Formats: sequence, C-alpha cells, structure tokens
Amino acid sequence: MDKPIIQITDANFWYGAKQALFDVNVSIMPHQTTAFIGPSGCGKSTLLRCLNRMNDLILGTRVTGRIAFNDHDVNAPDVDVIELRKQIGMVFQKSNPFPKSVFDNVAYGLRIQGMTDKTELEARVVKSLKKAALWEEVKDRLHESALMMSGGQQQRLCIARAIAVEPEIILMDEPCSALDPTATAKIEELIQDLEKDYTIIIVTHNMQQAARCSDYTAFFYLGRLIEFDATNKIFTNPTNKQTEDYVTGRFG
Amino acid sequence: MTILRAKGYDWRSTAFHAVTLAATALIVLAVIVIIGDIVWHGAKQVSWHFVTGGTKEGMFDAKTAGVFPMIFGTLALVLLMTVGVVPVGVITAVYLTEYAKSLSPITRIIRSAINNLAGVPSIVFGLFGLGFFVQFVGGGLDQMFYGGELHYRKPALIWAAATMAIMTLPVVIVATEEALRAVPNGLREASLALGATKLKTIWKIVLPEALPGVLTGAILAVGRGAGEVAPIMFTGAAYYLAHLPTNWTDQFMHLGYHVFVLSTQSPDIERTKPILYGSVLVLLLVTFLLNLTGVLVRAKIRSRLRHG
Amino acid sequence: MNERLTTDTVVLPKAQRRRTPRRRWAEWLVERGIFLVSLSTILMVFLIFAFVAREALPVILRKTNNARSATPVTAAQVSTMPPEQLATYLGVTIADLKKYNAETVKALVELKAEELSQNVSADSRVNTTSWGWMLRARQWVGYDKPEYIWQPVSEIPKYNIIPLFIGSLKATLIALIFSVPLGVGAAIYVSQLAKPKIREVIKPVIELLSGIPSVVLGFFALLVLASILQGMFHYSSRLNALVAGVALGLTVIPVIFTISEDALSTVPSGYGQAALALGAAPWQVAWQIVLPAALPGVFAACVLGFGRAIGETMIVLMASGNASIMSGSIFDSCRTITATIAAELAEVVFGGNHYRILFLLGALLFAVTFVTNLVGDVVVHRLKRKLEGAR
Repeated sequence: MDKPIIQITDANFWYGAKQALFDVNVSIMPHQTTAFIGPSGCGKSTLLRCLNRMNDLILGTRVTGRIAFNDHDVNAPDVDVIELRKQIGMVFQKSNPFPKSVFDNVAYGLRIQGMTDKTELEARVVKSLKKAALWEEVKDRLHESALMMSGGQQQRLCIARAIAVEPEIILMDEPCSALDPTATAKIEELIQDLEKDYTIIIVTHNMQQAARCSDYTAFFYLGRLIEFDATNKIFTNPTNKQTEDYVTGRFG
Repeated sequence: MTILRAKGYDWRSTAFHAVTLAATALIVLAVIVIIGDIVWHGAKQVSWHFVTGGTKEGMFDAKTAGVFPMIFGTLALVLLMTVGVVPVGVITAVYLTEYAKSLSPITRIIRSAINNLAGVPSIVFGLFGLGFFVQFVGGGLDQMFYGGELHYRKPALIWAAATMAIMTLPVVIVATEEALRAVPNGLREASLALGATKLKTIWKIVLPEALPGVLTGAILAVGRGAGEVAPIMFTGAAYYLAHLPTNWTDQFMHLGYHVFVLSTQSPDIERTKPILYGSVLVLLLVTFLLNLTGVLVRAKIRSRLRHG
Repeated sequence: MNERLTTDTVVLPKAQRRRTPRRRWAEWLVERGIFLVSLSTILMVFLIFAFVAREALPVILRKTNNARSATPVTAAQVSTMPPEQLATYLGVTIADLKKYNAETVKALVELKAEELSQNVSADSRVNTTSWGWMLRARQWVGYDKPEYIWQPVSEIPKYNIIPLFIGSLKATLIALIFSVPLGVGAAIYVSQLAKPKIREVIKPVIELLSGIPSVVLGFFALLVLASILQGMFHYSSRLNALVAGVALGLTVIPVIFTISEDALSTVPSGYGQAALALGAAPWQVAWQIVLPAALPGVFAACVLGFGRAIGETMIVLMASGNASIMSGSIFDSCRTITATIAAELAEVVFGGNHYRILFLLGALLFAVTFVTNLVGDVVVHRLKRKLEGAR
C-alpha cells in the first residue's frame, strides 16, 4: 500500500476574519488523479493553493493544522517555499504564458534553477513539449511569441512549462474553464497520460470532467470536506446525501 | 527531493533587494536632507516681522528684511491665474469625459495637445508670454484703446498670470478628468432617465459630485504656479518695487524670483544667506500650505457630500 | 383634442411646447461652446510655437545679415533703411535711435563710416547670424584654431549654438545617469518587493520631492550641493555640469519613478503568479518577468525624463556656472540653451539679432521637447494597447 504523498490533517483556513476551510482531512495518493469538486465558493481552490503555499501571496491569511508533503509539514519554519514550489507545480485557470518565446517559456523554470547548458535545456524543453502533446504543433515555431497561440495551446504550454521542472505533483485549478470543448478534450486526454509520471490534483466545477479524468474525488461544500472516495463510488453510489444531491445536479 | 531550506546563502536575492532598497533610501534621504537643511537654516529667520514686513531699506540686512511684498505678489499672481485656468480646464475636461468619442481623431489631437502643453519647457512659456501676451496682445490693446500709448505692452501681472494659466492648464484638466470619471455612471443615468438633458445633468449632478477633485486640480495648479520662475521672469516679476501692485498692469514681486535674484546677484552671499534661507523656507511653506488647504477642503467637501 | 403627433410620443401642452425648443437651442449653443474651448488647447500649442518662431523667422529664413561690407552706408541710403537695421548698423538701440534728431543720426553715420574704413577684418565681413556660422566652427581673428564660440556681446558677435547644445546635453545626460537607476530601482522595490505599507510611505515622499520648486533645488545646488561635491572630487570650478546634473536628476526622479512604478504595477499579475508557482524567488520574478514586460513604460518614463531635464531652466541657470565652453569634462562649467535664454533675454535689443537668435533657441528647444513628448506618448499608448491585447 502506497504512502500518501499529501496528508492533510485538521486543516483550517482564514481569509482575515472569514473562515474558508473547516477541519479538512484528506490523503492524496501518488500517481493518481484526484479531483476536488463542489459548488462555487466551497473552498476547493483555497485548499489547492494551500498545498503550494500560493495563498501566502494574499495578505491576512492564516492556516492551522498539518498539510504534509512526503510527510513534511509544508508550513514548517524550516521549509523553503521556493523549493516546495519546484516540487509542486501549478497550472492556472486562465493560461498565463510569459510574453516570451515558446522555448523560453518552457525553459524558464529550468533557467531559474541554474541550468545553462544549451543542449540540456533543449532536450528538456523538447521532452516537456512532447509530454504535453504540444510538440508537433510548435516544433517549427519554438522561438516565436507564446502569446500568438490559441487558448488551448497556451494552456498546454503552461502544462509543459510546469512539467519541465519535473515536480512530483501538478496542481490544476480549473484548467479547462476558459477553453472550448475540443481543447478541453485534448487536455483531459493529457491528464490520463501524465498520471504515470506525476500526481495530479485537479479542481473542477465540471462534474463530468471529474468523472472522466480522476481516480479519486473529494466533494467540498461550504469549506468542509463532505466525502472523499474512489471516483466510481462518488458518482454511482455516494454515501452522503449532500454528495448525491450535488452529483445528480439537484443543486450547485 | 527535499523541501527544506537550502544550505547555501542566496546572495543574489539579498543583493537585488539591497540595491533596490538603497535606491529608494537614497531618494528619501535626499528629500530629508534638502528640506531639513532649509528648515534648519531658515527657521531662525522666519519671524512675524519677516513675513509681514516690507523691504523699504535694509533688503540685505537680515534684521530688517521682510518678504511680505513677495508673498503678496505671489498670491496675487496665483489668484489671477486660477481665475483663468480653472474655467478653461474644467470645460475641456468636461468635453473630454462627457462628450468626446474616444477614438475620434479630434479627441486624439486634443489629448496630444494637452500632453504637449505639459511638456513645454518653462522658459519657452516665458518667451511665449513675452512674444505673444506682452508684445502682440499688449501692443494690440495699446493700439486699439490707447492710441499707441504704453499701457499694456509691458511686463504686467495680467500677462504673467495668463502665461502661468496656460502652463498649468494640463494639471487642471487631468485632475478634473479623474474626478469626473470617478462619478458613478448610475448618477448620470438616473438624471437622464428623469428627463434632464445632458448639459443639465453635468451642471447639476456630475460637477457638484466631482467638486473635490476639481478643487484638487486647482490647488495642484496653484502649487505649481507659486513655484515657477522662468515664465514670469520677463512677463511681470520684478526684483524691487516701491509699492505693492494695485492694478493688473503693475509689475509684482515674487518669492521664487526673489530667491533667484538673491542667490545669483547678491554682492555678499554670506550676509544674504539668512535672508535667502528664510525666503526659501517661506516659499516652501506657502507651497505646502496651499497643497494642505487643498487636501483639507477636498476632505471637508467629501464628507459633506457623504453625510449631507 | 387636436394633437399633432411628433417623434416623441409624449404630447406636451401648448405652453411647454413653445418653451422647450428655445432652451434646447441655448443648450446646443453651450455645448458648441464647450467644444470650442476644448479646441483652444490645440490652438495654444500652435500659438506657442508660432509666436516663438515668429520672432526668430528672419534668422531662420536667412534674412539677417550682420556682415559689414567694406563700403559703409551713405547718408542717402540711411533714409531708406528700416529703423531696426539702422540701429544695428549704428550699434544703438531702437529706443535711442528714435530719440535722436536728424543731425545726430547724420553724425553717427559719418562716425560709423570712419570706423568701418579702419576696422575691416576678415571677421567683420562674415554674417555671423547665418546658419553656417551658427553651426560651424571658425577660426576667428586672434585664435589659433577653429572654435565654436557663443559670444553675442562682443565687437563681432558670435552666435554659434553648438556649445549651448553640448551644455544642455551634458547636464541632461548626467541627470539621467543619476536619476534613471535611482528612479527605476526605487520603482522596482516599491512595486515588486516592498510590503504595501512601505509603498504608502514612499509615494508621498516622492510627491513631496516633485512639489519642491526648481528654483529651490537650484538654490540648494548652488549653496550646499556644490560645496559637497567639490569636497568629494576636488575640482576647480565650483559650479559645473556635475552639480547642475545632479540637481536636475532630483527634479527628474519623480517623473521616472511615477511612470515606471505605474508600468510595473500594471503588468498582469498572472505572469508573476506563474513564475512564483514555478519556484522563482521574488527578485527573479521582478527582474526576469515583470521588468521586461514593463520595459516600454519604463523606456517612456526615461524619454519623458529626458524631455523634462533638457527643458529645465532655473536649476541650470543657478548651478551650472554658465560658461559657454566646449568641453567634455563634467567638472567644467557649462551653459545650457535654457540658461542662455533666461540670462540674456533681459539685456537684448528688442528686435535685434541677439533677440531673434534667443527666440530661435527657444523654437529649437520646443521642437526637441515636442518630439520627445510625442515618442513618450506613443510608447505609453502602444504599451497600454499591447497589455490589453494580451489579456
């Protein structure tokens, strides 16, 4: 039995005086895709951002409890948040490629770690673009601006960029919500592939997407984790009535 | 792979932070040194007598010097200037926010013109004041009304004020535009829905609501106007006058101009140093006081609009 | 009821119907008026350039000629000469000329003829107000090599404007070297690295700096800064390009800081977040991601700073030493275009060559700042559109 790669114990979170997460307990297993679902404002994105401490950027936030990555509390004083983020990558809701070339976008994460060898950089960039199913489309335009691509391509570029630094976990915050169905399908396919090498946690408000892509699903409501189980079970035979109401579309 | 803090020292991060912090600190230090030096040396000189006294004799004597005529002249200048610049500035800002179509070429040219006005060197304004207001307009007035006799075709308060008005116009326009844009559209729509015309809406609803911002613009302009010297050097300021100006065709004494002349043309710089520092301090105080008044008036009107 | 249908479906009672069109007509007039007042801004810019250039037109169009021909002007020719030309020829002011009666003028003309027959040098035959001699070096009588000389008050007035341009450029460049690193550095710190509370403190301080009148900064440079810098570098002329340049830098810093800080703050936050999520340190985000994205705005800030510095008058008038010499050294005194106009305009003969050339300098200066402003504006405009396009 694998050890959980992320272990969240009694986590509570506040934005200033407003509490957003209440006593959350969840274990994320490695090399699986876990989906966080729930209606708007239920705290799923907040929890996601706690994992790579992106909430640190917002003033007045506070977290209690233990959020452990490989058995080490990410909020411990001896943790270097920069190292943390190199191992837990993130893809955002709105694709945000840098105003640089395709190559430089993917190479950025490697360059800031000190990699300067051209051959090595090239090899890693090609590898990441291939893994992100983008290589065929950009191989002739590596040095053109990344902003010239379509929304779907830009998002896959962001995934390639995140993969390039070879993190253990990839966090995805509603990655397809700004994309059309074709682009969405491409990315969902990609997620299945990436599972082999990475652990994926995806926040989505699209239940069908969660059902298609994930192995485990966590259902959140008003800041609490209502149910966490294998995706199959959540969608066909949920234990909790609220879960059932949500997945059958009675609310949300 | 560990997420624990790395053993090495990230000197690049520290260096970067240090350099940019140093840049910021240096600027702050410069401001403190300048203002501190002026206050330190000038405070001894600024007495009641200094601020209210004239300079009949003993202009260079620290004990008897006074800057009242300069204060009076400066205030007269900015008052006249404000009368000219505020209406034109507000009207232009009203046009730009309420009437102009932002992509129309005329609008772009007007905005470009305003930006250019803001960038014209102050001495060029001085030349313009001399060439246009004093010579052309003044000369024309003299020809038309006084048969060539010298009445307007000379440096005068009115010409200096007109020059300064054009110079500070961009400041008023920008501040007023900001204030007008801050008025929520809902107010305009409510008024129009009641059947008021656009003009009436602007006059009765939008402008009163934007009043604090308009006043801020006027005060900013005044602050600029009180300190500029180059535009008024040839259009009206004088170093020594026996009387205070009583007519807008008179010349006037001016704090900034006084500082300039004392700094560069006084025969004994050591003797005039205290007077110089005193004058500079008074100039700074007048400028800051004007700005402060603006801030207070704006705050008062804001609270009245909110609770009134 | 006999109601006429109008385009408005509301039918007004007769009395009101009469009142409305007149009010609308009055309002229409006011709105036209508002438009015209706004157009006046364009008129102002045009007038400024027109009236400054107007006074300089004779020089621009090569209509002035102060070359003294070998043959002096005869008494007969005197009566056909325009007063300004006669005054210049005789070397008196027009005001004085108007006071003289015919006898005096005749005597002066005869004196001048005598003087000319004795005083003919190569230099006096040259038209020093021509574009050629305003721009080229000349080996004047008594000098051992060609020089660029601005010396309007002299037996043979020399109007070369090159030393003045060099002086302006020197002071401006020193100002930029001093103010760009400080202004941009502070902008980076305040917008990217510092806590928001620090921002609340620094911005008012910079506003304070921008509120200090330039005459006060000139005074400070003249009295205090000059001594400090002379103590540091031990050069001989107390007032020089360095002192003026540093003081100029102080006026330019608020311009550069404000515009750069604005440009840095409006870079879409998505870029910064993406970089941080990849494990970049804050300084890397600022230097490698945000600053490059904000570069057009920062560049515009520098261009506008340049325009501001080259047009500044009081500081250079008081602190640069005002010696119109051609020198590359920053420790030498220099003379800028602005200081020249300000210092000499009070003493020129109205309508004379010197007067006109000062206005010419003003026109040239206006052209330079007009262009720099335009460039700065276009860049800021393009930057805004690019950022909006990338969203």
